This record gives sequence, structure tokens and C-alpha cells, in this order.
Amino acid sequence: MNANPAIRQEASSPQTSKPVVQAKGLGLTFETNDGPVRALADVDLTINKGEFVSFIGPSGCGKTTFLRVIADLEQPTAGEILVNGMSPEEARRKRAYGYVFQAAGLFPWRTIEQNVALPLEIMGYSKAEQKERVHRTLDLVNLAGFEKKFPWQLSGGMQQRASIARALAFDADLLLMDEPFGALDEIVRDHLNEQLLDLWARTGKTIGFVTHSIPEAVYLSTRIIVMSPRPGRVTDVIVSPLPKERPLDIRESPEFLEIAHRVREGLRAGHGDD
Amino acid sequence: MTAAAGTAPAGTKTPVFRRAAEGKTLPILIVLGVIILIWYAFTVYLNAPWQMDAYERAGTEWTAADLVRDTMAQERPVLPSPHQVVAEIWKTTAGTRLTSKRNLFYHAWITLSSTLLGFVIGTVLGVLLAVGIVHNRAMDKSVMPWVIASQTIPILAVAPMIIVVLNAVGLSGLLPKALISTYLSFFPVVVGMVKGFRSPEAFQLDLMRTYNASGTQTFWKLRWPAALPYLFTSMKVAVAISLVGAIVGELPTGAVAGLGARLLAGSYYGQTVQIWSALFMAAALAAVLVGLVGIGQRMVMARMGEKP
Ligand SMILES: Nc1ncnc2c1ncn2[C@@H]1O[C@H](COP(=O)(O)OP(=O)(O)OP(=O)(O)O)[C@@H](O)[C@H]1O
Ligand SMILES: [Mg+2]
Repeated sequence: MNANPAIRQEASSPQTSKPVVQAKGLGLTFETNDGPVRALADVDLTINKGEFVSFIGPSGCGKTTFLRVIADLEQPTAGEILVNGMSPEEARRKRAYGYVFQAAGLFPWRTIEQNVALPLEIMGYSKAEQKERVHRTLDLVNLAGFEKKFPWQLSGGMQQRASIARALAFDADLLLMDEPFGALDEIVRDHLNEQLLDLWARTGKTIGFVTHSIPEAVYLSTRIIVMSPRPGRVTDVIVSPLPKERPLDIRESPEFLEIAHRVREGLRAGHGDD
Repeated sequence: MTAAAGTAPAGTKTPVFRRAAEGKTLPILIVLGVIILIWYAFTVYLNAPWQMDAYERAGTEWTAADLVRDTMAQERPVLPSPHQVVAEIWKTTAGTRLTSKRNLFYHAWITLSSTLLGFVIGTVLGVLLAVGIVHNRAMDKSVMPWVIASQTIPILAVAPMIIVVLNAVGLSGLLPKALISTYLSFFPVVVGMVKGFRSPEAFQLDLMRTYNASGTQTFWKLRWPAALPYLFTSMKVAVAISLVGAIVGELPTGAVAGLGARLLAGSYYGQTVQIWSALFMAAALAAVLVGLVGIGQRMVMARMGEKP
């Protein structure tokens, strides 16, 4: 606990790497009928290109809100944030990121391939290009052969993979994922975690990932952001010493358990006086 | 297949009556039978006073059997018996030349044509208004109250005015009648489609936003397909109500053709059998129209991947 996380972070991220998300003193207060709700306060955070950053924290601490601010779905009320060096709105207009929601949210009236093609249609890709990309991304998430199926014909895990394919189909370098595997069972989750790491390694994308699961966060991330509620703040930033190559049984290694322990401590500290 | 046929209740070899007993057919037939029985009872009950008067005046002796038989065969009964109505419908459909003004199908066609025209205009108008209401706050606030107010005025009061006013500006024939159908049918479409266009969930709209989709793209790729089930449900109501509108539209014009005209003529001359046969034709027409919308719905929904 005594190691200063900020220093370790500086040490491990090379000076040359390009910042994708830069937040300074970021705050967001929702005005509700029962008075203001401070969802985020004083968040200082930089996500560099190629990083896999997980956000973990108790329910209601502002993880979703932070992703939504990056995605320009929510406007901050304090501080500033840059995405690819631009305002979130500009970045969104340039289609800088793909967003995976907690629910797969496939359109039920579209087949799997039509769902994956949705962003491509909107962004004006040619028919041939659409076909090629749909094929490629469905391959990437192991859904080849399910192109013509409708969402209800797929399991929850397959639907979630299709929604990831949908976010990968266009060339956004940043992937924002809000508890994408939250509703799935452990085995499917393990499998998807492996696939996601593999995909991250192959595509070199930058990933912002929200989760409630400590093992998931530790297994996937190069950096783990621990947050506390009311108002949502960053309480700890843990840089993972784990290698980029991570077989599933790395989760039994001492390093892994040590990081998991530190995350748990951080979460407990965030809960404060109890 | 043969082995399964013995156990499978829905097997192709099942006798018709067993399938009927398991499905909806039997209950429907029972209800229908009960209704016909009650109808016959009322035929006797309602027509008896006139019949007994007639016996009295003629000074004939009569038995209960006579009374039952005669109440079911009056020329202008208070309530015609079911078989009289069936006979009348048969006579005026299959028994008459199709082009003849006596043929009930001819009248049904007149009414149908204005029903369909009014329904199509009403549906298009309803969808357009709903698009405006969903996309424009000012329209949401200003148009919706008028839409609702329009339906609180009894159609019987509005119909003659529409016909007279349109006649005065030189419009006559099909269109004024159709506009009464429109007046009635646009309402369920507006209400249904406003609900349908607003049915996409917040995260679906957010998803479109992350793609930086334009308003038009969001409409065609999200709002429209999400609203289609609502469209068909509204259209079922709208097509039935359009038929009512077309019939009502024929009443104040003194129209000579159409189911409304048959109803009116029937009531002028006390031809209850004719009134009832026109009513049944209207009911059958409504059932066919609603059924056709239902078939369209199933076809579109199947293409949109709805679970069978
Ligand atoms: N649109 C909104 N209006 C008002 N308050 C909101 C809104 N969205 C979120 N909040 C509040 O902001 C706080 C943070 O919410 P957020 O959804 O970001 O939490 P979270 O960390 O994602 O929680 P969970 O782990 O349960 O998903 C909560 O207290 C929530 O009630
Ligand atoms: Mg959340």
C-alpha cells in the first residue's frame, strides 16, 4: 500500500506513447429532483495508446459515467477531458471509439451480420467493404457461421461477442466496454476474457474496461483504476507487472494474487469508515 | 413419422373433430351455436305481438307451433331470424348478377373503395404526424391536444359537414366519404406510432450517437423498424374504424350505393332483413380487412426475424 502508484505508473508507461484519453480535475454532478448527485470528482487520469485499463469500484461510483464522458454521451461539469487530443464531441464525430454496452443490445430485427454491418452502413462503407469487414470481425470473435441468425437464436455470450464485433467493425482505435461480460457465467466469461486479450494483442487497440470482478480486472489489464463512491474518485492506480502473454492459469501465480489483494484492499479503503 | 403419429396430438392424420376439440374451433362453434339459439328465441319473442295481432285480425285459430313458424317468416319482422338473413344474403350475392345494383357485393365494393382510400390517407397522415410529434417539441405540445380533441367530436356530427363543405368546393363522390374514414383512422395510427417511434431504449439511441448517426439514419435504422409492430397493431384498428367511417359517410349524403345506403334504405322501408344482411356484410368485410392486415403483419415480422 505504501508504494506510490503514481510513480510506478510514470515508470512503466514510456514517455513516447501517445495519450488517448487525458482527464484533468474532471467532475460531473447530475442535477436531479432530489438535489445534486456528484458522480465524479477530481478525476485525473491519462490512458495511453495500446493500454488495457480496467475500472473497478463499488456500484454507483461513476465508472459508467466516466466511460460515457469519454464517449460524449455525458457532459462533465468540471475540469477537462481530451480524447485523441480533441474534445470528446469532436472525437465522437470522427468516430474515434467503439462502445460496448452492458447489454448486448443487438437490434432484434437484424441478423447477426446485419447488426455488425450497422455502424458500417451509417459510416458509409461500400457494400463490398462492409461484407469483408463483417466477415473479418465475426471471425475475430469466433462467430463465423452465425451470420444469418437472428439475435434470439444465439446464447447470451454469443450475443455479447456479436456486439463486440459490432464495435470492432470500424477502425476506432479506442474500445470502451462497460461490464460486457457481467451477465455471463464464469466459464463463458473466462473464455471471452481469453479471446479479448488475444484480440487486444492482435489489434493493438486501446481498451477502457469496466468490471466488478477483481480476477477479471487483474487478468486483463495493464493498469487497474480503483474507484470509490460518493463522489466517484480514483483511489488507487495499479500497474500490472504481469507479462502481455497471459494463459488462464496465470491467475494462480503469486504476482496475480498479490495484485488481486491490492485491488481488494483499495476497494475496502474506498468503502471508508465501515 | 408413422410411429410418432399415434402419440403426436397435432399429427397430420388426426381426425378433424379431434383437432377442432383441441384447438380454438370447438369453443368458437359452441359460442356461435349459443348465440344463434338466443337469436331464434328473441325472434319469436319480439315478433310474436305483431303476429298475434295479425291472427286476431284474420280471425285464424293458431297453435304455438304456428306462432313459432310464422314469427320466423314475416316480411318485415322486428328481428329477422338467422335463416332469413342468410337467405337474403345468398339471394343478393350469389343469386344476382355481380354488376347489378341489387347485388350486395356491388354495395360492399362501393363502401370498400372509400374505406381503403380513407384508410391509406389516414395511415400516411397518422405516420407523418407521429414523425413530426416525435422529432419536434413544438409539434408535440401543439398537435397532440388537437389530435385528441378531434376524436371527442361525434363523427355523426362531423360527417354531414365534411360532405356538405367539400361538395360546396366542388369535391364529390369517393373523396369526401373517404375523408371521413381518414378522420377516424388517422387517430389510432398517430397514437400508436408516437409510442412506436419512442419505443427504442436509451442505450439504443446512445449507440446510434456513438456512431455519430444523423437524425435520418437514426430514424430509418432504429425508430422505424422499432415502430413497425406498433404500426400493424394500429392499422388493424384503423382499417376497421375506416369501414365504420365509410358507412357513416354514406348516411347523410343520401347515397344510392354502398352498405350505408343499404342500411338507410332498409330503415326507410322497414326492411329489417335488408338491414341485417348489410350489417353482416359489413362485419364480414371488417373481418377480412383486419385479417389481411394481420397477414401483412405476419409476413413483415417474419422477415424481421420474429420468433415463430
Ligand atoms: N442520468 C443520471 N441522472 C442522475 N444521476 C445519475 C445518472 N446517471 C448516473 N447517475 C448517478 O451517478 C452515480 C454514478 O453512476 P454510474 O452509473 O456511473 O455508476 P457505476 O459505477 O457505473 O455503477 P454500477 O457498477 O452499478 O454500474 C450514481 O449515484 C447514479 O445514481
Ligand atoms: Mg455502470
